[in-house]
Amino acid sequence: MKYLMLVCTDPDLAPGAAEGAPDVEDWVSEMDGKGIRLIGDRIRPGSDSTTVRVRNREVLLTDGPYAETKDLIAGFDVLECADLDEAIEVASRHPMSWAGVIELRPFWDYTQD
Amino acid sequence: MSDGSTSEFIAAIYADGWSRIVATMIRFTGGDWDLAEECAQDAFAQALRTWPDGGVPRQPLAWLTTAARNRAVDRMRRASTEAAKLREWAAMEREQPPPYTSDGEIPDERLELMFTCCHPALNLDAQVALTLRALAGLSTAEIARAFLVPERTMGQRLFRAKQKVAHAVIPFRVPPAHLLPDRLPAVLHVLYLLYNEGYSDQQHKVRLSAEAIRLARVLAALMPDEPEAHGMLALLLLHDARRPSRADAAGEVVTLDAQDRTQWDRSEIAEGTEILERALRMRRAGPFQIQAAIAACHATAPSTAETDWPQIVGLYQQLARVAPSPIVELNHAVALAMTQGPEVALDMVEGLAGDGRLDGYYLLHATRADLLNRCGRTTEANDSLRTAIALAPTDAERRLLTRRLSAG
Repeated sequence: MKYLMLVCTDPDLAPGAAEGAPDVEDWVSEMDGKGIRLIGDRIRPGSDSTTVRVRNREVLLTDGPYAETKDLIAGFDVLECADLDEAIEVASRHPMSWAGVIELRPFWDYTQD
Repeated sequence: MSDGSTSEFIAAIYADGWSRIVATMIRFTGGDWDLAEECAQDAFAQALRTWPDGGVPRQPLAWLTTAARNRAVDRMRRASTEAAKLREWAAMEREQPPPYTSDGEIPDERLELMFTCCHPALNLDAQVALTLRALAGLSTAEIARAFLVPERTMGQRLFRAKQKVAHAVIPFRVPPAHLLPDRLPAVLHVLYLLYNEGYSDQQHKVRLSAEAIRLARVLAALMPDEPEAHGMLALLLLHDARRPSRADAAGEVVTLDAQDRTQWDRSEIAEGTEILERALRMRRAGPFQIQAAIAACHATAPSTAETDWPQIVGLYQQLARVAPSPIVELNHAVALAMTQGPEVALDMVEGLAGDGRLDGYYLLHATRADLLNRCGRTTEANDSLRTAIALAPTDAERRLLTRRLSAG
């Protein structure tokens, strides 16, 4: 099962809350080695993003992210896991689940519906 | 067997058999909860149709599970011609498996079912609803009635919960040992919540308590080495023992000190105490065992005055260490008033009131009022009582507090 792991910052994080968080390089090499992390990267903040819409065949662009909350997305990874429990365990070992928030979104499984 | 006694027999099997069959069918269908429930329902309907004339089979659970499985195979075969989802199933050209011949063959996966229903990736309302549907076998309409929401709302809640289980791939299993300390409390929490939800005078809710006790028994039996599972069962039994005396003939709330203790259920107290002692011997005390120990102190005391208050104070201190919460502190203060007098307890309650976390909790104000009264500060006590009355959750509680107001 594939999960999109959205890596987000947490502006309300208490100072020192992420103390003792694991190292991201260790996480990447371990998860790559196990074949769990398929792809992933850090992305630029919302101030560098561009929103695209086509309305009446016209391409409309907006400077900035679609919704304000999206400003919090700092990166993403695609995980291949046996089930949600494994994905939760993988996410909880990523330093940004200590210093921020991680959201796990399952991929759409076309064999289900 | 007469028609009447056959349907009674089927109802008795339903109580324990429903969740066994649903769990087996969830496994068999590869996680299709709706199909699993429908087939279990069909199997019981078939039993109600055929058993009164044809007789009750010697291995009823095996019969029902086989019926449910045959139904599932039929449905999947039929559906596989239409739905792409089941192409794989069709490709396997599964033969109808041989029927189960003995009840002992039916796997018991109720524990898997409990942990899946109470998975922390589901919100609490969803956990409770799934538990009542899949484990307790209540219908959507019954669950909706118990939680005072429209049936449609409850139907959607159940639908969304099952969708999430399927789409996010919440595993159907008992969590491995390293996850248990995180996951068991969620299961216990749901059972406790169910019990309390049913601890009410409203008839349609009472069944929730009975189901909570029944499921706690199943959990304790399936996790014999887990002291908190036994602690939970003990706690529920000890609470339940006091149920007959907590309201008078007119339906008014009777507080613990005024309850007629001869009405308490001695057999539930004896069973609860014995289970608790066994749990405590495992030497891994947890919040539910400690709460059960407190409940046991009350349940075995001949009167309020003869209650072992020093022991209760000690237990609340222990509880505050393992599961700190302002409500625990409030109850600690109530016990402290019995050992050290109302002034000491009042200091503690004022401290609690000062930090604001329990501002909206009527028992904080009611307790404060009681302690102020015992210190002779009646005017302040009445002010606190009025706040408590405004915040009280039920009419019965409001009437109880109002009676104290006029007395004071």
